[in-house]
Amino acid sequence: MNRYHLEVRVVPRPGLLDPQGKAIHHSLHSLGFTSVDDVRVGRAIMVDLDADSEDQAREQAEEMCRKLLANPVTEDFSIEFLSVEELPARAGSSEGGSHG
Amino acid sequence: MKAAVVTFPGSNCDYDCLKSVEQVGAEGVFVWHRETDLGDVDLVVLPGGFSYGDYLRPGAIARFSPIMDAVVDFARKGGPVAGICNGFQILCEVGLLPGALLRNESLKFQSHDCWLRVENPDTMFTRQYARAQVLRMPLAHADGNYHADMETLARLEGENQIVFRYVTRDGSLGEGSNPNGSAHNIAGIVNAEGNVLGMMPHPDRAMEEILGSTDGVGLFASMVDHLAGAAS
Repeated sequence: MNRYHLEVRVVPRPGLLDPQGKAIHHSLHSLGFTSVDDVRVGRAIMVDLDADSEDQAREQAEEMCRKLLANPVTEDFSIEFLSVEELPARAGSSEGGSHG
Repeated sequence: MKAAVVTFPGSNCDYDCLKSVEQVGAEGVFVWHRETDLGDVDLVVLPGGFSYGDYLRPGAIARFSPIMDAVVDFARKGGPVAGICNGFQILCEVGLLPGALLRNESLKFQSHDCWLRVENPDTMFTRQYARAQVLRMPLAHADGNYHADMETLARLEGENQIVFRYVTRDGSLGEGSNPNGSAHNIAGIVNAEGNVLGMMPHPDRAMEEILGSTDGVGLFASMVDHLAGAAS
């Protein structure tokens, strides 16, 4: 078993109205960032899990997305593996993301 | 006649729904979400609220509550299931109703009375209303913006599954009629079989004059009426 650190990104489907993205877009324009053409808001979910292989870890994460993390009607998901260096610092965790 | 009102952690309209079913003559029973059996009930109400704090998406976690297997089973066998507000969101998440409820177009939590037009009075939930009757009910939600793909919307329209639409006071679809951005002004739908209803506005909060409207009575009375007819 290896420990894997995954970042699951869940974003609204292209073409779907994203009122949060629209509001932020508007706000950025008010701040002078007039080059901004589009903003969409999703969420990132950091998942640590144990699996035999990267493939198995990905398979598990995909199933989590289909069942719970994303709504298939309105959202798309993508899964990225993070290296220990990419992990956000966590309060109360002295563990450096030990593998294996 | 027995009506189950399922209480999830974060439900806040469970007592309203229990009082509503009792007002129209049914015996109401609370069923805690950790139960796995509904008992010998004749209809099920999923009440409004903020189950699991709306974490992830409204209804996304509640739909995996232990009781939901029994609710799905009950619905698949033709039992009447009504989901109000958060109950509607849960029914979409669990797949008993098509589509999804997105964040309101305004990005605001909307909490005010709204006007609904009865689009289909030929369901077990609406038989006490007249076609095109305009009802007044409160709504209170942040995520009531109904969305479905074009094909699903066409099917809902074609099969008369749109039960309630948001309208203006005079019953029209004009400007100011849509409080949350819902596709086709959809406020409530039924499944293809007609035994599962989801709606965002609150008939359970429109049951007494003192609350400002009694237009919700027809919904609960319709269900009881339907079941009484089926039993005789």
